[in-house]
Amino acid sequence: MIFRSEASRGYTLSAPATAYVGFLVAAPLLILIAYSFWTQTYVTLDKTPTLKNYRDAFADPLVRHLMLRSVWIAGAVTIATVALAYPIAYFIAMKARKKTIWLLLITIPFWSSYLLRVFAWKLILGFNGVMNSALLMLGLIDEPLDFLLYNEFAVVLTLAHAWAPFAILPIYVSLQKIDPSLLEAATDLGNSPLQRFMRVTLPLTIPGIIAACLIIFIPTVGDYVTPALVGGSDGKMIANLIQVQFGAANNWPLGATLSMIAMLSVGFVAIVFVITATRLGRRIR
Amino acid sequence: MRRPSTLTAYAFLYLVFLYLPVLFLPLFSFNSGTIVAFPIKGWTLDWYRKLGEQDTLIQALWNSLGVGTVVAILSTAMGLFAARAFVRYRFRGQRAAEGLVMLPLVIPGIIVASSMLVLFLFLGLKPSLLTVVLGHTFLALPFSVSILKSAFDDFDASLEEASYDLGVGVFETFRRVTLPVVSPGIVASLLVTFTVSFDEFVLAFFLSGNQPTLPVYIWSQIRFPAKLPNVLALGSILLLTSVLLLVLAEYFRRRSSASEVQ
Repeated sequence: MIFRSEASRGYTLSAPATAYVGFLVAAPLLILIAYSFWTQTYVTLDKTPTLKNYRDAFADPLVRHLMLRSVWIAGAVTIATVALAYPIAYFIAMKARKKTIWLLLITIPFWSSYLLRVFAWKLILGFNGVMNSALLMLGLIDEPLDFLLYNEFAVVLTLAHAWAPFAILPIYVSLQKIDPSLLEAATDLGNSPLQRFMRVTLPLTIPGIIAACLIIFIPTVGDYVTPALVGGSDGKMIANLIQVQFGAANNWPLGATLSMIAMLSVGFVAIVFVITATRLGRRIR
Repeated sequence: MRRPSTLTAYAFLYLVFLYLPVLFLPLFSFNSGTIVAFPIKGWTLDWYRKLGEQDTLIQALWNSLGVGTVVAILSTAMGLFAARAFVRYRFRGQRAAEGLVMLPLVIPGIIVASSMLVLFLFLGLKPSLLTVVLGHTFLALPFSVSILKSAFDDFDASLEEASYDLGVGVFETFRRVTLPVVSPGIVASLLVTFTVSFDEFVLAFFLSGNQPTLPVYIWSQIRFPAKLPNVLALGSILLLTSVLLLVLAEYFRRRSSASEVQ
């Protein structure tokens, strides 16, 4: 044996992975924080710490607008995805006979490139796109619908599709854990199926719902591809502005500040959500 | 008789919603018209034939294959050690360490991408395939750790003890006992992490500099309507590749949990 204790073997073996992830989480974050307090005039970086970027960002109506819209779109995406996914998770956990096949079926489409899936939606929703041309061909509409692409609706729809398994799987797991005797007891005590669902099933799946919401909400606030491809100018989000600062505008300190603001907003909303949802879950019970 | 309920009907509708968008790409990649709309003008394989003639595409493909291979090896190697540590040993701060390794899954992509770009330039690393490899390994690590953890979960520790008792050394035991048993898990991890890297866009977009990977190349083509059929053909091939690789990975993953000691 090379190492005497179990613990030291555990540390040594896990060290490369934890050190790698730890370094690549902490170091960029520290530099990002530093940059957010620095300023830049044209190409010269001024390293005197200042809150100017934060003041500028909060004073800029565009930043406020995009930040609020990112949070609201992410919220809408989260609600839409979870609401659409819950019945499927319920179906697979409670009704379906071939559970593994169903689980496999819902995950297969997501084993493909995210960029390509979003691109597919752009083709479907376009003015001269798949959906409009199909509806025209079937004679259901006389002229193409122009409200499908390049707006918030397109972003919500595309992301509700993109995140589907991330909502279905956690809810499925929490449904799977429910003890069937609890459901029988509810029925024996005279609960109707709806009452039983509201009083027993739903409260018991709240942990799964919370997990699904967080898994979807957090990355969605910072999503870049979907708003860029299907959002148009009405559907742009904070990530698009951050990318501009690191790209064309070449103002890294401002970009870093926006990233910090985005991260803090996500964290704040997520914490408020978890606290409210847990409280609500207790009350239902 | 089982009556088809509303729920079952909903489940099938939902499947249509999940699959339809993805299936439109291959469908229209065989369309001879250049506009992606019904009715389909005619069927052709031209768009696929023309893919081979594009040098920048081929270069991007090689870039992606190279990056994916290195990422798969690096993340699976680190994941293998970490997964073994997490399953086999108990140590202080273990839960924190396991949580830390999963962190890349939940940080918004734009924040990972922008902050890594700043870090790498700070360290004097110019955006290139190397920085993409470093970033993708970070993203792929949670996948390899969770796959390999389930592979080690099913591994009977008494096999190793038996080997030690028979006087076989640590490394020899790892090579002759542990590795063969968890090897389907390793293959699954290699395939999944390769695909994670192969399909990833945002990080590569920030970190690849002037060495585009395939998704970055596709992004540059999407803006030009004339290039659309090309992107469709290329995209369809990529969809098929990803799905095949991951079905293969799933097969190995199941074999690893199903494998028993003869």
